[in-house]
Amino acid sequence: MWEQIRSNRIRSGFVVAGMGVLLVVAGLALGGALGGGDPGALLLGGVAALGIWFVLWLVSIQGGDRVMLRMAGARRIEKRDHPQLWNVVEEMSIASQLGRMPAVYIVEDPSPNAFATGRKTENAAVAVTTGLLRVCERDELQGVVAHELGHIKNRDVALMVTAGVMMGAIVLLAEVGVRALWFGGGRRRSRSSGGGGAEAILMVVAIVLLILAPILSQLIYFSLSRRREYLADASAALFTRYPEGLASALEKISGVAVPLADQSKVTAPMYIVRPPGPDGAMRATSLTATHPPVAERVRILRSMAGQADARAYERAWHQVTGKGGALMGARTLAASGVALAAAPERAPEPHAETRAARARQASDAFLSASGYARIPCPGCGAILKVPSELAGAVTACPRCGTRFRDE
Amino acid sequence: MGEGFLLLFVLIAMGALALAVIWFIAIYNGLVRARNEKDNGWSQIDVQLKRRHDLIPNLVETAKGYMKHERETLEAVIQARNAALAARGPAAAGRAEGALGAAMTGFFGLAESYPELKANTNFLSLQEELSSTENKIGFARQAYNDSATRYNNRRETFPANLVSGGFAKAELFEIEVAGEREVPQVQF
Repeated sequence: MWEQIRSNRIRSGFVVAGMGVLLVVAGLALGGALGGGDPGALLLGGVAALGIWFVLWLVSIQGGDRVMLRMAGARRIEKRDHPQLWNVVEEMSIASQLGRMPAVYIVEDPSPNAFATGRKTENAAVAVTTGLLRVCERDELQGVVAHELGHIKNRDVALMVTAGVMMGAIVLLAEVGVRALWFGGGRRRSRSSGGGGAEAILMVVAIVLLILAPILSQLIYFSLSRRREYLADASAALFTRYPEGLASALEKISGVAVPLADQSKVTAPMYIVRPPGPDGAMRATSLTATHPPVAERVRILRSMAGQADARAYERAWHQVTGKGGALMGARTLAASGVALAAAPERAPEPHAETRAARARQASDAFLSASGYARIPCPGCGAILKVPSELAGAVTACPRCGTRFRDE
Repeated sequence: MGEGFLLLFVLIAMGALALAVIWFIAIYNGLVRARNEKDNGWSQIDVQLKRRHDLIPNLVETAKGYMKHERETLEAVIQARNAALAARGPAAAGRAEGALGAAMTGFFGLAESYPELKANTNFLSLQEELSSTENKIGFARQAYNDSATRYNNRRETFPANLVSGGFAKAELFEIEVAGEREVPQVQF
């Protein structure tokens, strides 16, 4: 995966550098307008812009990896909590040659979704909702996990955090700047010796820039986010050699329009599918969409014509989206070698569990990861899940009413 | 005037030489990394194969109580497993592991007709373990082949092929048993 990481990193590096230029230009414009064309003020503006970015960046890397997990209420699981999920993550870690297995978390949420966090491979973590575990067969789960590990392998989390901070700095600068120009510009005007004309032009230029910069940077940010989603889909197809698995999972996920509890445009890019809005509707595509439309992603995966490598995905992507330009770098495509065949249609699992059984297993895993003990009732034999706080207390079985002390 | 040009020429030549050395080092290191990745991929396969060897006896013991009339099948599985354990050398090991994989597929196909066995939670968890191990063996092989292909590509394409004399070509891990390629048909 060396070539893929490197060529994508270079391209994304250019994008982020472009945003950085935008940030500095906005800062310069602000400084210039406030200082009435004074080069010292210009410089100060640029330095201030970089300063804002630096501070925001520092804040973002403080425990940033675990913030999202905590926000979603995720619980870390061990292998015994949900062996199938654990095994799937382990299988995909091997297939992606990640080196070490990421931490595995479960989120209690009926909306099927999954996300990955961790700027470095050592801190990597992948989380799935109980909704996803309920809805997906093993092959589909494998596709979803492969997509998330693809994000980790392609260093997307670090990239989106960097771009997000950049965008945040630009937006902040623009808001502050427009206000400063509006109220503070008037005072300075009298000090300048350059005359009204140049001043006014500078102000106009600055205001225009400060309005355009955040818009432009957001467009760049969301376009980058969508591109990385395609790449993660391509990685998933490559790792599993079974694009149909992910395609079918995406279909199922988008068909269940239950709103996700953790709603935010900031965390949305990390999920595999854009979480549905509070009213349950999947919002229409727009330039500010963090994810490409699910239908399109599914079509691309299904147009790969029995191949599973990077070139096949790129071909399918061109065919379905009709976009010009390249999705992946030339090096990635060249390095993908001989066309890799996708695995043939898999035989269905012999003991395919029902949805109810999967749902039960998923919530059991979440409870067990949350420290709940499984106590059999001495009266009727039903298995009770008791939170750790009640250890040693007298509990009553809800089914038969027997009271006993939970040792 | 002449000395100025000579100095410039020497500086440029030295700069070009330095660049060439750096370029050479980068290419060499890239080849070494690719080769290490490939070797690591190979050892991953071994890890998963060993795991499979360790899991099988337990599985067969659990099944014995239920599959009393299938002694030959069960014994065949154990024998295949021991053969794989004893095999030496990549070619023999490849064949033995392929045979073991086929035996496991047959075993699981057979287990479908024993509903009591399938209800045994111990058996189910062992089956999940084993089927996951089979998957991991497959993925480890796939990952090895991917990294071996990348290594070979790097070795053979320009500009690395100028300096890759000391690097041996990697072999891809091919499937040894023809039967393993087929998708198992479950009959009812």
